[in-house]
This record gives sequence, C-alpha cells and structure tokens, in this order.
Amino acid sequence: MAKFNKKKDGDIPAVSTASLPDIVFMLLFFFMTVTTMKDNTLMVDNTLPNASETKKLEKKDRVIYIYVGKPTTQYQKTFGTEPKIQLNDKFASVAEVGDYILQERAKKPQDIQNVLTTALKVDKEANMGLISDIKQELRKVNALKVNYTTYEGDAFRNIQ
Amino acid sequence: MADIAFLLLIFFLVTTTIETDAGLDRMLPPIEPPDEDVVIKQKNIFTVNINKNGQLLVEEELTELQDLREKAMAFLDNGGDGTCSYCKGAGDEASSDNPGKAIISLKNDRETRYGTYITVQNELVGAYNELRNREAQRLYGRDFTDMEAEYLNPETDEDVREELKEKVLRVQELFPQKLSEAETTSN
Repeated sequence: MAKFNKKKDGDIPAVSTASLPDIVFMLLFFFMTVTTMKDNTLMVDNTLPNASETKKLEKKDRVIYIYVGKPTTQYQKTFGTEPKIQLNDKFASVAEVGDYILQERAKKPQDIQNVLTTALKVDKEANMGLISDIKQELRKVNALKVNYTTYEGDAFRNIQ
Repeated sequence: MADIAFLLLIFFLVTTTIETDAGLDRMLPPIEPPDEDVVIKQKNIFTVNINKNGQLLVEEELTELQDLREKAMAFLDNGGDGTCSYCKGAGDEASSDNPGKAIISLKNDRETRYGTYITVQNELVGAYNELRNREAQRLYGRDFTDMEAEYLNPETDEDVREELKEKVLRVQELFPQKLSEAETTSN
C-alpha cells in the first residue's frame, strides 16, 4: 500500500519559475519610472555652477534649452576649445539663437507660447561675453524669461 | 512571491523622483526702451561691477563676494525717507529711500567667468529672499521661499494656491526685485 511515495532523500526540488514574470515586470516598471528621456546628446562640456537660491523648473514642455560650453574632446579637433553654443544636436553661432527660439516656440501649442522659459545650461568656465550675446538675441525675439540652470549647492564653490 | 514583487514595485514608485532641473529665474529687460526717461537718484542705485578677474566693485569699493549679500541687504532695507514702516535698516540719508525705489545695477565684463557671475546673482537673489523671508515670518509665520515653492508646485491644490498667491504677491510687493543688468563692457 505505498500510494504515497516517500521522497527520496537528497533530491533537490526544481526552483519554481512561476514568479519570474513578476520579477521581470517589476524590473520593467522600475526602469520605466526612473528613466528620463534624454533629448539631446551633449556635445559640450556642461559642468553647471552651484547656487543655493534656486527655483525648480516645473513643466518640462514649457522649456527651451540652450547649452553652452567648450566642445567635448571628440569635437575639439574640428571645433576648437573655445566655448560654443549647442542647439538641439548641432553647434550654432550666436546669430542662430533667435531663429531657434522662434522655431521652438512655433512647435509648442498656442496657449503656452507666451509662457515659455529659456533654460541656459552653461558651463561654469564659459565667458560672460558669449552669454551676454545670447541674452541680447533672446531680447530681440522677446524671450525674456530665462532660467540659469544650476546645481543645488554652495555658490561659493564656483569661485576657485 | 508576486506580493513581494508588487511591494517592491510600489516602494520604488513612491521613492524615486524624476530629476527636475533647478536654477535662478531671471527676467530680461524688453529690447525697446521705455517711452520716457526715468530719473533715478544716484543714492537709490546700488552698483555692482565684476571685472574679468572676478573681483567685485560694490558702490565704488572693492568687496569680497562673501560680504556682498550683507551689503545688498543693508542697502535694500535702509528706508532713508522714513516711508517704509517695516524696514529695520540704518535709515541712512545717503542710501536708498525705500525698498520700492531701491535698484541693484549689475555690470560685468565680457571676460568674467560664468561661475562668478552666477555666484553674484545668487547672492543678490539671496539678499532679496532673506528680507522677504523676514517679512513673511512676521506676517504669516512662514518663510517666503517655502510659500513660493509650494505656490509654484503644480501638485498643490487649487484653493491652497489661491490663498498662497495673495501672500506671495504681498511679500513680493514689500521688497520688489529690481535688478538691472547693463550691457557688458569689454574694457
């Protein structure tokens, strides 16, 4: 009457894979939430300065980005080491900034076209001359709201 | 197992925040000049000059960056003509009349480093924020920067925001941010 066979000693039961989908989904969701879409590949060095009195840039759709900094090593051969402006995926001159802003503004829905912010992501080693030129261009196209994007931190770390 | 998985999933969902950029908000002046010239008394202007080596000239005096915030606050909070009831400054005749008239003028060289410029901007904004915080604490028992952050946060409830808006505007009015930036010079 050995209806119920006794398990043989020393036999390791197979690992249940029933929970595998759960784990996979968990990982999937995790990465889905933490990943931010990278809009632009940076072609310039972009070590932002620190500031303590910052305000958060809410509503990403209302922001136009302008990057400034010296070209990264792979572009230095062709573009030199002077700080340059990057708009979308290419280097641009100061004169192109205005057109770029108008173009980007036209892409946005009508009701937010007046409340756009221009985020200046500028390397802390850049010179103010270039920034002033950009600001002048921004004034020409009436993009008056700017945000100097910074890291949160002690502002005095910038001067060293 | 699935329970644990969901537990972890919810944990991460709640704890991870998607990084948002932060920075100093500034308004540029419109390009067309105002119709009429505004006459501003010299004593109501607080001049800050940055040269290409990152040195500061504040009101014709060589100043360390660390002292800038204090000087700017003393200037804004001066209340020289006695109309400002909430000012706690020295009331110096030779300095600004009242916070509504006080203007900070920032000038920089074309070769100034951006990092230095941001530090100066940060200190000036900091001076305004400290004074506004002081007044907000007195009126509402809460920091101005804290109220403003909640007001600007899109997740805040509509009616809470309405209420905050009034307070924020009121405090902003007490110390209006008048920060003028002259075009840069190259000498």
